[in-house]
Amino acid sequence: MRGRTALLLGALPLAFLAVFFVYPVASIVGMGLDGRDGGGGLGGVLQTWLAPRTLDVLWFTLWQAALSTVLTVLAALPVAFVFARFEFRGKRLLRALATVAFVLPTVVVASAFVALLGPRSPLNDVIEAVLGAGQRPIALDGSIWAILLAHVFFDFAIVLRLVGGVWAQLDPRAEEAARVLGASGWAVFREVTLPLLRPAIASAAAIVFLFTFTSFGVILLLGSAGTVTLEVEIYRATAQLLDLPLASSLALLQMSAVILLLLVSARVGERLAVAQRLRPAEDSARRPRDRRERVTVAATTGAMLLLLGGPLAILVERSFATSAGYGLDAYRALGQTGARSGLFVPPIEAIGNSLAFAVATMLLATILGLLAAAAVAYRRGSVSGGLDALLMLPLGTSAVTLGFGFIVALDEPPLDLRTSPLLIPLAHTLVAIPFVVRATVPLIRSIEPRLREAAAVLGAPPRRVWREVDAPVIARAAAIGAGFAFAVSLGEFGATLFIARPDVPTVPVAIFRLLGLPGALTFGQAMAMSTILMILTAAAVLVVERWRSGQPQVF
Amino acid sequence: MLTLGGVSAAYGDRRVLEDIDLSIPDGALVSILGPSGSGKTTLLRLIAGLERPTAGRISWDGADLARVAVHERGFGLMFQDLGLFPHRDVAGNVSFGLRMRGDDEPSIRRRVAEVLELVGLPGSEGRQVARLSGGEQQRVALARAIAPRPRLLMLDEPLGSLDRELRERLPLELRTIFQQIGATVLYVTHDQEEALGIADRTVILREGRIEADGPPESLWQRPPSAFVARFLGFRNVAPAVMVAGGRATTPWGQVVVAPDVPDGIHSIFLRPDAFTPQTDGPIRGTVTGRLFRGDHVRLRLAIPDAPPLEIEARWTPLPAVGDELALAVDPGGVVVLPRGADEATAGTFPA
Repeated sequence: MRGRTALLLGALPLAFLAVFFVYPVASIVGMGLDGRDGGGGLGGVLQTWLAPRTLDVLWFTLWQAALSTVLTVLAALPVAFVFARFEFRGKRLLRALATVAFVLPTVVVASAFVALLGPRSPLNDVIEAVLGAGQRPIALDGSIWAILLAHVFFDFAIVLRLVGGVWAQLDPRAEEAARVLGASGWAVFREVTLPLLRPAIASAAAIVFLFTFTSFGVILLLGSAGTVTLEVEIYRATAQLLDLPLASSLALLQMSAVILLLLVSARVGERLAVAQRLRPAEDSARRPRDRRERVTVAATTGAMLLLLGGPLAILVERSFATSAGYGLDAYRALGQTGARSGLFVPPIEAIGNSLAFAVATMLLATILGLLAAAAVAYRRGSVSGGLDALLMLPLGTSAVTLGFGFIVALDEPPLDLRTSPLLIPLAHTLVAIPFVVRATVPLIRSIEPRLREAAAVLGAPPRRVWREVDAPVIARAAAIGAGFAFAVSLGEFGATLFIARPDVPTVPVAIFRLLGLPGALTFGQAMAMSTILMILTAAAVLVVERWRSGQPQVF
Repeated sequence: MLTLGGVSAAYGDRRVLEDIDLSIPDGALVSILGPSGSGKTTLLRLIAGLERPTAGRISWDGADLARVAVHERGFGLMFQDLGLFPHRDVAGNVSFGLRMRGDDEPSIRRRVAEVLELVGLPGSEGRQVARLSGGEQQRVALARAIAPRPRLLMLDEPLGSLDRELRERLPLELRTIFQQIGATVLYVTHDQEEALGIADRTVILREGRIEADGPPESLWQRPPSAFVARFLGFRNVAPAVMVAGGRATTPWGQVVVAPDVPDGIHSIFLRPDAFTPQTDGPIRGTVTGRLFRGDHVRLRLAIPDAPPLEIEARWTPLPAVGDELALAVDPGGVVVLPRGADEATAGTFPA
């Protein structure tokens, strides 16, 4: 396909990006440089950046991200090994569990860890029963440990998929050659396996670092005054201090840091790249053969099940817990309004809102995302590469920055969307497009040009070729993209928190508000809403998973 | 001395090798030949320790290898798909076994230069393996396998992925290299010419069992079974009934056989180069196919109620398609096979 066609396909997504991404971001930059009160211009921005408070926040953001990344890689590597080398029952289920954990809304994960590690933890009930009344030692919410654990929970799937995928496809011959040449088990890993995995580990670590660096919901819900990241600080400056210039300067710092991160990780990735032949994954995995292998598989997968399944199980358990055992009290309370719900509307309405926004996002993001994916996939080279990178930008930009940008840019003519019901789907679409593009480009690229040629030689005119060869694949890509867009919209929290109107909350926003209120019932409601959201998201993603083949993919 | 006694192997329910007895004396150059799926590669992997036998014993100089780990065996194995380390340069690949053994830097460098010279890639230490041609990669893999001076060198289809020109040239070079390093060599291939050409002794595998074992010349001249004859590319195999006076009745006509063959039904194999024109010859048919092969023409001779015969004609004038021929068979080219007639007619052997 010629460049002109690619540009034509890409025009609509590009226009969308220009209006709803570039314009808001430019507004933030403008506002930051304006610095309405106090020292304006670049000096004002630098002053904010170098303020002790900012440096503290930046330092915390960096080290919690680094520590989360290291912990995630350490936790997921053994599982990646077991997944790559062994065949065992429940493997597909465990892989699905990791994927579900990855796509779960941040508020659900945060709720799960509040349930697991907060003072209402059932673990405390057990301890109290053993040690006597008043002994409730677990209150880790607000501590760094809860945040780190939640990050490991979230990003586990990234390392598992990226590293495990490459691991399963490593040429087993190289490892066998090393053994025959006299390398013991550990030497084989150190000398052959690890160097070959290093690029995959590095790129997985880079993604985990980026995600934890821009982490928002987890920190906001599980953190405390001492654990503030840049994202949370931007939110605080906007929502609590009402200091928009400060928020703009911080958002600029955030964007600069993310761009720097992306550049560094691309450079590192290039340096580590190893040209190697990968092979189909199926023939390298086998059933564990002796006791030692069986114990390894059981222990590793058991630990993974505990880490990923435990918090979710306790979340569900807490949603059914009542003062007198178990029941549906919390779920029934979702229909109530007024003081008991802590919201302006009955929480159940949030579910309707979320579903409506998710459907609108799904339509918008699938259409725009597919157009963009087609433009990227049908043409290789600099145009396609540039478009590809441009489309990924909203992913690198933090959700909070996007939401903040919407507030700054879209609240006055020429574009006043403050009261438009489309505002939230537009923001969600921006977040969802990169996922749709990432999920569909490989699929569209996988169409063998030979097939088109064969169809043409067999007498199919161009339109017919497209219908017979391309259309079925694109239909599948559309279904996958739609599923992702739906799931992303359901769970989006950072941007929504800025732009959702109090009387039209989404489920994540409702959960956040409920968790912020004291009382057993609102806690139960938060757990019940989180459980519902978890089921909705998991269903969307599992449907998508069925459509996909088993290539290593991040999203 | 490598000894295999009653060795069997299986992948799940599928039996790959059954009851293999084999001994390879030090310094021998043995090729292992068989169609794909006959268990050749598994045999090498068992000896290397990469797979465990389900039964039987593998030993070296009488010592059982069952409890010796792969990396402690001191054998060399060159994989069919090479298994070069893509993250190391040529020197990094070739020196691997020496480093694992704990050799010191200068002696490693010396040895690497030495083996690269031996395989015909002198001075290529710093090159990236991914940038090498197929033939060069194959040489690096060979250099890597021989660098630690293994007491046993095993090669799995070492020429498998190469083009025809290299496949024809390299066996000569390989033989020279094997003689220089003086190791015991097991050479696995599915290519008949390669197997018979390179080794002093050839073991033919068939569905996990040893079908034949002997010097290449005798396997070629007098195949011990119908399977071997067919696997070596010969088509003129058929059941035959011995009659008195050192004669045998075949579907193609009567031929003379050695007088000591007992009466009864056998299989018989007529070498394609054993035919000569003779006006009253016992074998009569029509030429239906003709391939020019340089020093001879290959003919297909159709005979009523019999399978077609393959004949290498070196006489003049060269026959043409449609010619009626009457031929005699030189008794030296008539091989009576020990196996039953059922095998002779079973035509399921891959070419």
